[in-house]
Amino acid sequence: MSLRSSGNIKLVDSDILVIGGGFGGCGATYESRYWGRNLKIVLVEKANIERSGAVAHGLSAINCYMGMQWGENQPEDFVRYARGDLMGLVREDLIFDIARHVDATVHKFEEWGLPIMKDPKTGRYLREGKWQVMIHGESYKPIIAEAARKSASEVYNRIMVTHLLMDKTHPNRVAGAVGFNVRDGSLYVFRAKAVIVAAGGGSHLFKPRSVGEGAGRTWYAPWSSASAYGLVLRTGAKMIQMENRVVLARFKDGYGPVGAWSLLLKAQTTNAYGDSYEASRLDEIKSMVGKYAEIAPLPTCLRNHAMLQEIKAGKGPIYMQTQKVLDTKEKEEIGWEDFLDMTVGQAVVWASQNIDPKEKPSELITSEPYIMGSHATCSGAWASGPEDCAPADYQWGYNRMTTVEGLFGAGDTIGGSAHKFSSGSFTEGRIAGKSAVKYVMELAGNLPQVDETQVKMLQETIFKPLENYAVGRNEIVAGSVAPSYISPLQGLQRLEKIMDEYVGGISTFYVTSEPMLNRGLELLGMLKEDLDHIGAEDLHQLQRAWELNHRVWTAEAVLRHTLFRQETRWPGYYYRGDYPKLEDTEWHAFTASQYDAKTGEWRMSKLPVHHIIA
Amino acid sequence: MPTFTYMTRCDGCGQCVDICPSDIMHIDTVYRRSYNIEPNFCWECYSCVKACPQHAIDVRGYADFAPLGHSVRVLREEAKGTISWKTRYRDGRVKEFTFPIRATPWGSIKSPSEYEAPDANALSSPLLAHEPAALGVENLPTLPVLQKKEV
Ligand SMILES: Cc1cc2nc3c(=O)[nH]c(=O)nc-3n(C[C@H](O)[C@H](O)[C@H](O)COP(=O)(O)OP(=O)(O)OC[C@H]3O[C@@H](n4cnc5c(N)ncnc54)[C@H](O)[C@@H]3O)c2cc1C
Ligand code: SF4
Ligand code: SF4
Repeated sequence: MSLRSSGNIKLVDSDILVIGGGFGGCGATYESRYWGRNLKIVLVEKANIERSGAVAHGLSAINCYMGMQWGENQPEDFVRYARGDLMGLVREDLIFDIARHVDATVHKFEEWGLPIMKDPKTGRYLREGKWQVMIHGESYKPIIAEAARKSASEVYNRIMVTHLLMDKTHPNRVAGAVGFNVRDGSLYVFRAKAVIVAAGGGSHLFKPRSVGEGAGRTWYAPWSSASAYGLVLRTGAKMIQMENRVVLARFKDGYGPVGAWSLLLKAQTTNAYGDSYEASRLDEIKSMVGKYAEIAPLPTCLRNHAMLQEIKAGKGPIYMQTQKVLDTKEKEEIGWEDFLDMTVGQAVVWASQNIDPKEKPSELITSEPYIMGSHATCSGAWASGPEDCAPADYQWGYNRMTTVEGLFGAGDTIGGSAHKFSSGSFTEGRIAGKSAVKYVMELAGNLPQVDETQVKMLQETIFKPLENYAVGRNEIVAGSVAPSYISPLQGLQRLEKIMDEYVGGISTFYVTSEPMLNRGLELLGMLKEDLDHIGAEDLHQLQRAWELNHRVWTAEAVLRHTLFRQETRWPGYYYRGDYPKLEDTEWHAFTASQYDAKTGEWRMSKLPVHHIIA
Repeated sequence: MPTFTYMTRCDGCGQCVDICPSDIMHIDTVYRRSYNIEPNFCWECYSCVKACPQHAIDVRGYADFAPLGHSVRVLREEAKGTISWKTRYRDGRVKEFTFPIRATPWGSIKSPSEYEAPDANALSSPLLAHEPAALGVENLPTLPVLQKKEV
């Protein structure tokens, strides 16, 4: 038994347990309370919900809003857009479901006090683009957190959830979760009738462009530890599209988003010689992806591809011509607020490198890959769809329930439904919350039971890195090099190197192939074994150890799915050098995996993509 | 642009420790003041900077790409509902901006239990809380039956 675990166990019972208090989790908590007035709803978060998750900074836009009240867009239009952007492969039922509810979510946000910018001419929300509305969003997260706190029976901050617990008698049913308090080291055992995982996507699976001190400067937050997948996939839940990592074109170094600049302010992107290059690359793109090159707007991955080709041709740096559009004080303010609300680091880059966007263009670059389910990408768990409009083989129970009974998800957790962003993730949380209430009501007396021996085993496992360090540290005089353990950071750097070099990161210009992936898998296998030898010198490092664990498991899924899909579906996100083209006849399908904890095997399969919207 | 703490301003209150999403603002055991224990896991999100009552935390751009001599300072005033920024360039130029952060009083959001309890049957409908009213249209869209069968 390790140092800190003994005797310090806290049991928390609940009807519904929500894991992760970001946008999906806050939405799930709110809606669960609305429908389950007498239920015990517990929200558990590794940081502090006031400023946690991808929106800790704030945001400057809500990227998913239909505007049905003004007849601006209909949910069907949104499905067509998301489907096109993802090169045909999305769960149309899930996307439709989010799109039809999302306006109500955004109207609620406004009622709660989120300042949404208005178009002075029409009085409507100021559109950044067809789907986005501009906000003064510095306090977006604190506002949403307030709504969640008012809804939850209890909120537990600073608990790193490490594993889900399974029912003692039904192997495919969830019974709760375990984690530890990052401040005092106590073990938390959450027993729940239903669990909603909303633990967010993954940064730092691939080596970031920034180095050394700057390594925290990733586009997706460095605390996005891929826990959504790391927790869920080990229960045997079916996962889909894990190969569909996202690469984003962003302002160089600061990783400031480009949306407001290109869509609202209409700044052009050019190569170093001032040429707009996308049109001239269309024929080449067409030879790789066929009809998908004709989609308007051009899919995100294909725009990346064009940029990468320019850079390879020596025509970089690529520039956003900001100075050509900031002709009024209002526009300058919009440009600055965009970053001060959501990526302050970009303002620091400008200040430090003497770049005034009113006078000089700014460099753009493609990021390292991220694993997410809510952006221009849709990795995640296979979920049951909406009862009233999902195809028969897309529903087996409750909306947003995974293939594990009682286990729901929202936001980055759920696969197949791209372009949710903040408002859609919150909306999906609401959908999952209502569904979970229904599930709990219908369970009646048939309650899940936590397996005490499983908890005992996990208790040992969770605190083992502290033990590894305490023992191994005695072997050496001082320093960071020990023969029997590695630190979480050393493990993370190994993971990032493997993923970068073998699975299509920046160092190979996102190219991989079967032999590369197989070699990567071999090395990843050894890293997985070494996870038993992570040494954590304190509770903070213990959190890092478990974040690493979730990232490594997610990385394995990413690698296996990438190996399984023998085509290049999304050039610009990654390339299978051995299968350089998009192959609709074979691969107009979802890739699926299921991990079997008993045998340690992964079962790969294809699942059909149904088009329910013309 | 990781954070650092000015020795003479910090009083060790721990608000930054409480808020940091990365769990990297810790109290130094010798000086009883905060510092960033893992700058390479700092997202420069400014959550701690905004939360510090003493304005003791500042940011120096990431050493791997930000030349010295800049600063981006912030004042977040919840009661006023505004946030103000002062950016100083390496070459001395200054830019100042103020933006709104919230349009209602803090703490004013209604708990969902304050709304009338929904009818038990409604649990089986596709409607979420406050719908259809909150949608701004009369009915929740659904897919035409014909298209549903086309699978
Ligand atoms: C720089 C940037 C700009 C963006 N711009 C926009 C925009 O303009 N408009 C827009 O709508 N969207 C935008 N997004 C996207 C949006 O933020 C995400 O789509 C959304 O936050 C995803 O919601 P989520 O609930 O899945 O994840 P998150 O909001 O990240 O929430 C996950 C939560 O789980 C917690 N957690 C993780 N692991 C664990 C664990 N093991 N135990 C306990 N808790 C855990 C995390 O701390 C976090 O609170 C942007 C994102 C970024 C990073
Ligand atoms: S919030 Fe400010 S005063 Fe308080 S510990 Fe942190 S730096 Fe020091
Ligand atoms: S800027 Fe953000 S990540 Fe960095 S120390 Fe402060 S709160 Fe933590």
